[in-house]
Amino acid sequence: MKLSVWTYEGPPHVGAMRVATGMKGLHYVLHAPQGDTYADLLFTMIERRNHRPPVSYTTFQARDLGADTSHLFKDACRDAIERFKPEAIIVGASCTAELIQDDPGGLAETMGFDIPVIALELPSYQRKENFGCDETFFQIVRHLAKPMERTKRITCNLIGPTALGFRHRDDIEELTGLLSEMGIDVNVCAPMNSTPTDIARMGAAHFNVLMYPETAEAAARWCETNLDQPYTKVVPIGVGATRDFIAEVAAITGRPALIDETRLRQPWYAASVDSTYLTGKRVFIFGDGTHVKAAARIARDEMGFEVVGIGCFNREMARDIRATAKEYGVEALITDDYLAVEEAIEKLQPEMILGTQMERHIGKRLGIPCAVISAPVHVQDFPARYSPQMGFEGANVMFDTWVHPLVMGLEEHLLHMFRDDFEFHDDAGPSHHGAQATARLEQVEAVQTVTSDNVIWLADAEKELRKIPFFVRGKARRNTESFAAEKGLNEISKDTLYEAKAHFAR
Amino acid sequence: MNYIPTPPTGGGCRTAPVLKERGQREVFCGLTGIIWLHRKMQDAFFLVVGSRTCAHLLQSAAGVMIFAEPRFATAILEEGDLAGLKDAQDELDMQVERLLARRPDIKQLFLVGSCPSEVIKLDLAKAAERQSQKHGPNVRVLNYSGSGIETTFTEGEDACLACMVPVLPQTDKRQLIVVGALPDVVEDQMLELLKGLGIDNVRCLPTRTAADELSVGPNTVFALTQPFLGETHAALLRRHARHLPAPFPYGEEGTTAWLAAIAKEFDVDAETFARVTDAPRARARAAVSQASEALQGKSVFFMPDSQMEIPLARFLARECGMLPIEVGMPYIHDAIHGPDLDLLPAGPQISEGQDVDKQLDRARAARPDLTVCGLGLANPLEAEGLTTKWAIELVFTPVHFYEQAGDLAGLFSRPVRRRNILGLEAAE
Repeated sequence: MKLSVWTYEGPPHVGAMRVATGMKGLHYVLHAPQGDTYADLLFTMIERRNHRPPVSYTTFQARDLGADTSHLFKDACRDAIERFKPEAIIVGASCTAELIQDDPGGLAETMGFDIPVIALELPSYQRKENFGCDETFFQIVRHLAKPMERTKRITCNLIGPTALGFRHRDDIEELTGLLSEMGIDVNVCAPMNSTPTDIARMGAAHFNVLMYPETAEAAARWCETNLDQPYTKVVPIGVGATRDFIAEVAAITGRPALIDETRLRQPWYAASVDSTYLTGKRVFIFGDGTHVKAAARIARDEMGFEVVGIGCFNREMARDIRATAKEYGVEALITDDYLAVEEAIEKLQPEMILGTQMERHIGKRLGIPCAVISAPVHVQDFPARYSPQMGFEGANVMFDTWVHPLVMGLEEHLLHMFRDDFEFHDDAGPSHHGAQATARLEQVEAVQTVTSDNVIWLADAEKELRKIPFFVRGKARRNTESFAAEKGLNEISKDTLYEAKAHFAR
Repeated sequence: MNYIPTPPTGGGCRTAPVLKERGQREVFCGLTGIIWLHRKMQDAFFLVVGSRTCAHLLQSAAGVMIFAEPRFATAILEEGDLAGLKDAQDELDMQVERLLARRPDIKQLFLVGSCPSEVIKLDLAKAAERQSQKHGPNVRVLNYSGSGIETTFTEGEDACLACMVPVLPQTDKRQLIVVGALPDVVEDQMLELLKGLGIDNVRCLPTRTAADELSVGPNTVFALTQPFLGETHAALLRRHARHLPAPFPYGEEGTTAWLAAIAKEFDVDAETFARVTDAPRARARAAVSQASEALQGKSVFFMPDSQMEIPLARFLARECGMLPIEVGMPYIHDAIHGPDLDLLPAGPQISEGQDVDKQLDRARAARPDLTVCGLGLANPLEAEGLTTKWAIELVFTPVHFYEQAGDLAGLFSRPVRRRNILGLEAAE
């Protein structure tokens, strides 16, 4: 038993729903009690889908358990096929149905349908949502895709995007454009927007672009072995990764790696002087493995941040993230426990968090700015505008998204300049407009204070500390205290404060 | 004091034939109730014993994760708990121990059963009893089931309130218990009205904190404020309390009839009743008539969801001029819903249970001006050109009694007005 407050991933059958809902012409018959239908709202509300997910739930009740629940499942299969006329169905059980052991796969196979029936085994008490996506897509590909003649033009399949994915909709568009510039067509994009018929012709592509290892790595490996299709290992998130991806595709296809970079603005924006203030910003990165790995590289090499910690919630990516952490000289945090992440952030005191919606809330509580880089998704992660993460436009989007929660460079400079203005003190509130501005209150006399480690802040040091703008004061206090501890001092004077400042100056 | 709303001229719906359906149900399970119950009972903690799905449901239904550490959590069953490798009862004790150590502010702990815990027959009653002995009297541990195989959406609140009734102390005093979790501001308005009528000995179930005294006995009468409290109703009858049947206090008329049923029981004279209610009644009527302008003559279709459908249909039909086409309820309980069915003008199809695809076919054929449904269906129906009101807002928003009557009408009229305002055809 494990106590959980908030979860980063849903159960595996929600992963299967993400695959089914992304596709067309596929129906999912799910043996599940009535409450499990809540999952529909993830798609209709968070993603604003205009159709119900193609899922029939058996919605068995307690009174059914004494009798025969398998006929409920069979009826649901028959009704679903008659009403929705899918090209194929996937069948499986949610956590509760797994316990009653009706074997949906076995039942459906004996019913003699003339369409493919794909049985899913998704162990609800061991695995989670991403595994559900990966396994479901793998089973669909394994059942439907066959080796076949390649297309005359060089084509690839884009694999991995699903319903409820973090910016999957726009990543597809960005990559399709990028590949088209290289003279490569997309044969099938799957699961998103594909039909079972499309899956059957995946073998015609020359190679696969594995967009998200979380959701399609098993399928990519199977295609490599059984359809003789190589797949790309670089996920093109960030400028460097996108260039590497182009080189990788060029190597696979023999096409020239010539891509027009005129719309790529990220490198210049990062180099321009307003961005100087970003130098060495200490960032903590947490999310799914793929996005974290990409974000770490962008943070360090393309934004000039200092990466102080990284981690992921999906154990499947643990090895990758540990290796990345080693490269960056930090500890990897592999956990799906929200409280452990919060603790790590509290300890590291980063100046910025690149995380999920969970970390956004942690950041709010701790007063640390946060930009969202990964699932689990929130309605805000489905903006109306075009907003990819991949490719060159993705790099532009990420520059804006990451800088947005921070105070801009020139703005930060002005804050310093005017920090002693009467209208710009701690109690003035968020706006100095109109009648909002209240004059600075009489300065309360500073007195010496004692920290938890019994270090004494002398009154003059305490007074000096208050002159530092509030948004960096906490950092100054911590730096000074750790400097004092390092030097074995038990008193902090004004001089100690400035010695510490010099010590930590970058 | 004797006030009875005018019965509909063409008869009511109490004896109308009910369409009973069994098929796929598109509803939440009872765990959802935790989302509003934990805010009402400020020293209570809800520990769901279930699966990752339960945790995911709570987080999705709560919509946003606004609380760093909310007063609910899920003890997720793992492979070892199921395979009998670990004693689930021991595991649970350990989790509770850890939780109570970290959260000394908890005075009531609810162990909430789920589908998986029910299927593996994990005895939470036994666990609650054992833990009560261990952690009492400081912490009271109770248990109920919010599982989807036994409860539908709002029935979770019912199960929670019902589990508190057997442990209430016995009393012989003459008193009124008002049953149902209302927002504090609404509860205060209600208590004020009852006080005005001269009824002083009023208690609420649930109480705001565990320390608030509540007892029950043969001289207790009780009124329900929510139409989904069937089990609690039965549990109170078992404690020899008496139910005051009445329409539910939605809208001006519902509120007046509800108060009148209580006033009659406590022999409040007509003059006092008029003095207390005349002004808020007039206010409520004015607010409703303004908020319901867009609803007059419009048709409405209820998918079964919150269990509030019949009283709401009564309000919309009688006070907002709407024409109900179908009124679906997860289940109908005559002793509780009868007074509202009496007042609902004959005509609509009353349905119980659900076969969602068939019901959607009926809704599409009827093309109602407004469809009241759950979150899973709202956007797909909007995309088909049907205007919808999602039902979960009805349980999250203050809608009871006079001062909220206009807001209640507004909840329904806003989507209708919005569709009229938006100038562009939504193409998605």
